[in-house]
Amino acid sequence: MSATFLLRYGEIALKGQNQRYFLDTLVRNVERAVADLGRAEVRLAFGRVLVRTDAGADPAAERLRKVFGVVSLSHVRDVDLNLGAITTAAIEMAEEAIESRPDIASFKVDTRRADKRFPLTSMETSSQVGGAIHTRFPHLRAKMRKPDLLARIEIRDRAYLSTESIPGPGGLPSGTGGRALALISGGIDSPVAAWLTARRGAVITPVHFHSFPFTSERSKEKVMDLCRVLADYAGPLELWVIYFTDIQRMIQLRVPDALRVLVMRRMMMRICDRLAPRVGALAIITGESLGQVASQTLESVSVINAATALPVLRPLIGADKTEIVARAEAIGTYEISIRPYEDCCSLFVPAHPRTLPTLDEVQRAEQGLDAVALVDESLARSECIRISGREAVPSAMNSSA
Amino acid sequence: MKREIYLDNAATTKPHPAVVEAITRALTANFGNPSSLHRKGLDAERVVRAAREAVALTLEVTPEEIVFTSGGTESNTLAIRGVAGVTKGRHIVTDKIEHSSVLTPIRRLAGEGFEVTELPVDAAGRVSPEQVGNALRPDTALVSVMAINNEIGTIQPIEEIGRTIKRHRAAGGAAVFHVDAVQAWGKIPLRPRAWGVDLMSVSAHKVHGPKGSGALCVRKGVRLAPLLGGGDQEQGIRPGTENVPGIAGLGAAAQLIGRDFDEAIRRMAELRDRLRTALAVVPDVRINTPAQGAAPHILNASFPGVRGETLLHRLEMDGIYTSTGSACHSHRVEPSHVLLAIGLNPDLATSSLRLGLSRFTTEDEIEIVEAAVISAVAELRALVR
Repeated sequence: MSATFLLRYGEIALKGQNQRYFLDTLVRNVERAVADLGRAEVRLAFGRVLVRTDAGADPAAERLRKVFGVVSLSHVRDVDLNLGAITTAAIEMAEEAIESRPDIASFKVDTRRADKRFPLTSMETSSQVGGAIHTRFPHLRAKMRKPDLLARIEIRDRAYLSTESIPGPGGLPSGTGGRALALISGGIDSPVAAWLTARRGAVITPVHFHSFPFTSERSKEKVMDLCRVLADYAGPLELWVIYFTDIQRMIQLRVPDALRVLVMRRMMMRICDRLAPRVGALAIITGESLGQVASQTLESVSVINAATALPVLRPLIGADKTEIVARAEAIGTYEISIRPYEDCCSLFVPAHPRTLPTLDEVQRAEQGLDAVALVDESLARSECIRISGREAVPSAMNSSA
Repeated sequence: MKREIYLDNAATTKPHPAVVEAITRALTANFGNPSSLHRKGLDAERVVRAAREAVALTLEVTPEEIVFTSGGTESNTLAIRGVAGVTKGRHIVTDKIEHSSVLTPIRRLAGEGFEVTELPVDAAGRVSPEQVGNALRPDTALVSVMAINNEIGTIQPIEEIGRTIKRHRAAGGAAVFHVDAVQAWGKIPLRPRAWGVDLMSVSAHKVHGPKGSGALCVRKGVRLAPLLGGGDQEQGIRPGTENVPGIAGLGAAAQLIGRDFDEAIRRMAELRDRLRTALAVVPDVRINTPAQGAAPHILNASFPGVRGETLLHRLEMDGIYTSTGSACHSHRVEPSHVLLAIGLNPDLATSSLRLGLSRFTTEDEIEIVEAAVISAVAELRALVR
């Protein structure tokens, strides 16, 4: 088995002097995405990334469509730069397409000529190949808009033919945008916020606050599964599981119940503030969406924000829940997020949380807490777990315990 | 390593070394197919035969009346759908606190044209034989009542219900009596023949056997429609190459049941009573397991103000494994249907804890658990007030 793909990247093409750096990173990320599937050759070719892999087309496409920076990709057939070879290949591909979709009634050939040394223009190539397809399949009608079958021919170092284009995630290559901590609760929003930031090239270090026994081991497992999905796109991650039980307990004992969620969020920020320099992170990402819950009013957001000097990025601040859900479904985190295990945000939620807090009253409410000592102890008891996305054999099957 | 106390034996039990050995032998030495004509086949057939005899002995039935299955759920489904597939009747009687592996197949039959009567239970979780009698109709095909409730441990009056059904049959009725004894096997004496029980389900993993192995005891003369199609194994009622390792494990577990049965259940009951007395001092506690007529191995109690799930995880930190009477469905806690049926309000139902003892539970363990539950409840209540 083997397959060849042509990957299109959008925005990187617009980069100036740094373009090479973005492209080299993209090539490395593509190599890593398919590395465990078999031997693969990845190289730049006339404004595209060319991938030749020993893997099957479907498993390879499944990996490639998740590489940040890729706008779309096509499984291609490549032939020598002569019209006869191109025409033969085009007819074969049309035949395969008709076999799998017998309802195809119209077609179009679209040629792009990046290598102008090829003697025919794009239009001439399209019309020659189109004529040959029509002769072979007289029932197919040429149609310029929305044809059932679109055969694309790209004239580069060789001719690359494809009949399908798979959308990629877009964005910029992972690793080109610095590092950020991403708060992951186990809910629907936070993985989407992390994913959107990772798509812009940032390296994500997920942080989860674990409050056993108020939350279960299974909720931690759920967060690990969410991180595995993110790692499918962004490559291996280091998840920090923060010991939050004692902080949760102290808040419960010493803070008035209407302000507990705010104080809890502020404690999370303080922990991130300390963790960030240790892992080289420059920002904190949260899944907050304005007005969604009491702690997500602008008043609450500003009180929470005051606990850290780091920029807090909120990619979902203007998104509606339905949009977030749709995105989570597309990414593949939604089914995991709706598993029933409770995260620490939904436990201890007071009946009437304050929606219009002031910094002053929250700081007064925190006076009974030794924040520095709590953060120290919490970090000392936290663990860092390496998450590497899909696993060939689930680890639980191998453990001897 | 920290000491672990496993007190979730109503969910599953730790396989006994004798069980592990029997399974290993079936996987190594006696790996043949019982249907094969050669000696390897015969060796495997002997394993299956010995297990069948061991299971039959615990129920005082003949080995021919034992059909091996993949466990409690299959046994219950085979009993219910098996009867529905051959009966001329259109009516089924059961009760509200059956296990989901009984309620679900019966409710599916309700969607296929059967009429179903789900009897209520009293505050102790008991089904009344009189109500069963009143529910019986000439077209009643099946009565299904569990021997011991898996959540609160209530023992049902199976013998009396059996008598009621016998009288009904003497008067021309045709109802078949099925008893889900998954939680009862090894915990109370089971006498299906004497009690007039036609079908009885048991499972290996509740009695220190392996998961994925169980049996349905089918009284001679009772006809069942098979769920699967295939060979003539298990008299054609349950075709498919026998799960010889699972059956060997089931057989070894059955032998374990017979070993000092009276002594084992007396000790479990004593420890359960001790727990009951100790936990009764917790303020506002409600013990959901009835004081009389309850299984020796289950104690269910509600601790208002504490969520059962949180209490479970707090005990887990002390190395104590228990279970709750509720399942958490996406940020909403759904209380158990059993606890609601015996009259608990949703708050009490979601604050329940189930402790499940085994014949190997020790007094030392119970002493530790008593103290741990009392202090965990106090600690958690301090947090939510």
